[in-house]
Amino acid sequence: MAIATTHAAHLQNHYADSEQQRESAKLGMWIFLLTEVLLFGGLFVTYGIFRAWYPEMFFNAHKHLDVLLGSVNTIVLISSSVTMALAIRSLQVNSKQHAIMFLILTLLFAATFMVIKYFEYSHKIELGQLPGRMYTYTGVQGSNPHIFFSVYFAMTALHGLHVLIGMIVIGWVLYRTIKNHFSHEYYTPVEMTGLYWHLVDMIWIFLFPLLYLIG
Amino acid sequence: MAQNNIHITPIKTYLAVGFGLLVLTAITVGASFINFGTFNVTIALTIASIKAVLVAFFFMHLFWDNKLYLIVFFASLLFLTIFLTFTMFDTTQRGAIYEEKAKPIRNEAPIYAK
Repeated sequence: MAIATTHAAHLQNHYADSEQQRESAKLGMWIFLLTEVLLFGGLFVTYGIFRAWYPEMFFNAHKHLDVLLGSVNTIVLISSSVTMALAIRSLQVNSKQHAIMFLILTLLFAATFMVIKYFEYSHKIELGQLPGRMYTYTGVQGSNPHIFFSVYFAMTALHGLHVLIGMIVIGWVLYRTIKNHFSHEYYTPVEMTGLYWHLVDMIWIFLFPLLYLIG
Repeated sequence: MAQNNIHITPIKTYLAVGFGLLVLTAITVGASFINFGTFNVTIALTIASIKAVLVAFFFMHLFWDNKLYLIVFFASLLFLTIFLTFTMFDTTQRGAIYEEKAKPIRNEAPIYAK
């Protein structure tokens, strides 16, 4: 079987060639990202309902979020998306050292995002600006201010969880890059990680103005 | 042979898109300090959508890739729009059918103990 023996090491038997394998992986990844959009979609709809019900309370409550920290986190996440894209490009041109460097940079940006999020969360926990029945803060005018913080924590915590999972997956592709598992011929896992990471960035692009920049 | 037709994006493109995203972030933060009334949300969401398109088309490669992925992505946005639009119709227009007023969910919550 001449065809079977010419198969590259990364190519599974049930694919005709590398391109078909790569395109299938990408289609699968995009369908997964579709489910991710719908997962966050439920929270965006929740946000829409409560903001329509309590527009003034949302405006007053959002003043208690730190626009500076939110902006810095936006810049950090956009930078991490750039380094992720450059890491994939480095593999496409067979530059392993650059790929490793860009993946480490991406991890560092992601860690910075989580550290800033940690400071934001601990400040809110201290003040009692917490979701639902845990809410004890008294400085927000308007009815049901705890709802804003329920929405805030639900959306940012689910997003933060995605950043943490992203860091684990980036760490894994970084390890595999170091172990020489990838080249310009096969880097699909890094590319899929990149797609996921850009989606996480994209969700933050919407969360930031909706939570931090009302009015 | 198989991956020869892969589009390799120039570094310049990635850096330019990254720079564009940072500029748009600055614009959206700046615009939030100006009161455009009801247009505040529209402006914020328009800028966010432009940023999302930049990320999807260039970082996520949809501009060059098989358009099937673009269709999958648009499908998710289409169904999210249906979900959001009909829910908003319901929740904002229900008052036209029967009287409904916003009220505290938990009267005994510490924030109402004044």
